[in-house]
Amino acid sequence: MTLDAKIPEGPLADKWSKHKFNLKLVNPVNKRKYTIIVVGTGLAGASAAASLAELGYNVKAFCFQDSPRRAHSIAAQGGINAAKNYQNDGDSIQRLFYDTIKGGDYRSREGNVYRLAQVSVDIIDQCVAQGVPFAREYGGLLDNRSFGGAQVSRTFYARGQTGQQLLLGAYSALNRQIHTGKVTMYNRHEMMDVVTIDGQAKGIVTRDLVTGKIESHAGHAVLLCTGGYGNVFYLSTNAMGCNVTAAWKAHKRGAYFGNPCFTQIHPTCIPVTGDHQSKLTLMSESLRNDGRVWVPKTKELAAKLRTGEIKPYDLKEEDRDYFLERKYPSFGNLVPRDVASRNAKEIVDDGRGVGRSGIAVFLDFADAINRLGEDIVRAKYGNLFDMYQQITDENPYKQPMRIYPAVHYTMGGLWVDYNLMTTVPGLYALGEANFSDHGANRLGASALMQGLADGYFVIPYTLGDYLATIGPKAVDINHPAFAETEREVKDRIKQLLSLKGTKTVDEYHRELGLIMWEYCGMARSEEGLTKAKGLISALRKDFWRNAFVSGVNEEFNQKLEKAGRVADFLELGELMVDDALDRKESCGGHLRLESQTEEGEAKRNDEKYSYVAAWEYKGDNQPETLHKEKLVFENVTLSQRSYK
Amino acid sequence: MKLTLKVWRQKNTNAKGTFVTYPADHVSPDMSFLEMLDVVNEELIRKGDEPIHFDHDCREGICGSCSLHINGQPHGPKHGIATCQLHMRSFKDGDHVVIEPWRAAAFPVIRDLATDRSAFDRIQHAGGYVSVNTGGAPDANNILIPKVTADEALNSATCIGCGACVAACKNASAMLFVSAKVSQMALLPQGQPERYRRVQAMVTQMDKEGFGNCTNTGACEAECPKQISLSNIARMNRDYFTANLFKEEEATH
Repeated sequence: MTLDAKIPEGPLADKWSKHKFNLKLVNPVNKRKYTIIVVGTGLAGASAAASLAELGYNVKAFCFQDSPRRAHSIAAQGGINAAKNYQNDGDSIQRLFYDTIKGGDYRSREGNVYRLAQVSVDIIDQCVAQGVPFAREYGGLLDNRSFGGAQVSRTFYARGQTGQQLLLGAYSALNRQIHTGKVTMYNRHEMMDVVTIDGQAKGIVTRDLVTGKIESHAGHAVLLCTGGYGNVFYLSTNAMGCNVTAAWKAHKRGAYFGNPCFTQIHPTCIPVTGDHQSKLTLMSESLRNDGRVWVPKTKELAAKLRTGEIKPYDLKEEDRDYFLERKYPSFGNLVPRDVASRNAKEIVDDGRGVGRSGIAVFLDFADAINRLGEDIVRAKYGNLFDMYQQITDENPYKQPMRIYPAVHYTMGGLWVDYNLMTTVPGLYALGEANFSDHGANRLGASALMQGLADGYFVIPYTLGDYLATIGPKAVDINHPAFAETEREVKDRIKQLLSLKGTKTVDEYHRELGLIMWEYCGMARSEEGLTKAKGLISALRKDFWRNAFVSGVNEEFNQKLEKAGRVADFLELGELMVDDALDRKESCGGHLRLESQTEEGEAKRNDEKYSYVAAWEYKGDNQPETLHKEKLVFENVTLSQRSYK
Repeated sequence: MKLTLKVWRQKNTNAKGTFVTYPADHVSPDMSFLEMLDVVNEELIRKGDEPIHFDHDCREGICGSCSLHINGQPHGPKHGIATCQLHMRSFKDGDHVVIEPWRAAAFPVIRDLATDRSAFDRIQHAGGYVSVNTGGAPDANNILIPKVTADEALNSATCIGCGACVAACKNASAMLFVSAKVSQMALLPQGQPERYRRVQAMVTQMDKEGFGNCTNTGACEAECPKQISLSNIARMNRDYFTANLFKEEEATH
């Protein structure tokens, strides 16, 4: 099968409007004859489900949480970008497009990214109309801020809880449709598999997480809005329930997986305190505007700090290494996320980390407090300092913060075409679950934008084209494919529950996470990745022999849920490593050790790797097949980054 | 440090529940409360016991999943945080810790410490929205909103829907939650066209779900992890009475 991204012909600025005109429409009277299945109710899922129901389709929506409002979009802090140019500072659709393509290190499609920038302005209008309480100026207009190093102020925000407010907006639109009966909502339901008939997605099999009931749901199309897979690293800023299961099952049913190794690692997270650590908490990277990153110059001093023999401020200036300022004199502490993260890990691996664990670097505000005064620092960062103190019991006004990078977002995901359709007809992927718009790295405040763009303003148009093609004839739930898929789901659960070994599922998850972090994280090498492949494969085999899963299926069984998700992560991990092995270039969020400039910085290789890697599943324990979608750049000139 | 936990165990909604005592012998002050339970659960699993079930997800105080009643207080002894943000340094070596689910008829126990809070969803289905379809919204800056109004609406909108207000209330009243949702829309210009039918619909559904009434003790406000103010309840009451007395024609019932 050849990959066709279906990017419309013509000038960049006209592609989307031309495409919308060319898409087939579904007659309004016929819309009610269609059923659409939406899995996941974060920004992408809730906005898609509500918008499609408003158009007249019947929607069945599913989430594993106890309420759609708890999907992990809720935790996004910073904001949402839109090319409104309300600040008169030179922003435009073209500029947001350019920044996003460049930020993704030229590994995303021009057509998709331009469309994202175009619809970004509609998103803000829609959210405000719903009653989302964005920050305002005194005159009553919307306020904006500059975010993540952008040179224009295009980020809309609601204190540090923009994700929560946007999700509550989408959730309210969803609630309205639940009330009208156009959306049937299934809380505490997990999608276990996709059902395909003659190669087309026609439904899903779910497990009711309270009763354990396995059930089939038929529909004309299936939309996966199931988020990212950062939890493959065990520790991440993702919520505990975030998982790859829906996307992975779709992958095994024929949906190609795009750029699985592209993950984003955020530099300013609160460090791990011990083996009990279950997740990591992110602090806004705005902290790096005033904080200075440093560690002791020598391992000996670092060791003394770790044991508490000396305190951070006992160290004289000449004993400190402000390593970002030293290595990157022009950008200093404000180097991009990946550069800051990678350098922190290198320092820690070198034995100069701080804190009791030694797995952290300092982020010091002493200079800022001297220069600006504590009150101004408090006004700027007070809530973040409070959060830090509450978690660590250390006062960042009196001693340096400790920070360490953590996995935050996955740019990879199911491969989709311009219509957001995967390689399985009728199966779509939206939001973080797809691979589409962020290339090899995502700009701050762009995840919320993409989730809502897909749900509110892309899928309502593109889905109709497919539906009009297949016609409104109801999908027969008695088709043997449903019974067969249900049987496979039940067998898998039985297999998991029969595991009565000696290791808990969490132990496997933790081990997998360590392998991924060490060898498939920020810096990668042929040697490390090859080693990781063996380790993961062995761990997966051991899981199926020696794991322990408690309880039965016919009950609320959180350990069984977790076991299924970890089993899928164990398979995904290996594919991520394969993808990372294939991409012998440094790009976006990751450094390939074999591909560096003479100065030791990331070196992209456009000649060989300017493609989307789309992986095709070939069966259990078979190597996957790589398909390459060539990326064509007609409107931007590719440039290498430099932060020296 | 070492703690003794007294945990509510209940197999399912219909089963009879009981307190069971567990030692927690390997507790670090740096653990969050939920991480402490993770560690206890790992030990229970290794011993062949059933792990303790509890709702949790984001573990950073925003999703509203976690919902533990700890030593008589929703979300434990500290103010302005959810259970997942509570750290074990708030306890001392040798402490006894009683852990219960939210206790309210409208929140039936699903298993152990996890409850069914879908009543909150149904209240919002009844009217917790502005009726606008996707597309066709005016330019966002066409709707001017004074900063103080936007800030006040956001104060109400910070509610995470955890249900601590209900759990804290001797009447198991949901007034703080519902009033926060009503207030957000009542304060904003976008919410005005449906202001009175919205409050009536949501209050009617709240009553149907079996929540108790408000007797102004203020326990909800004291225990709310997001410090939602009681003034929301006053605002909702005012709108509700206004709706019933003067705005019948706008109401749906």
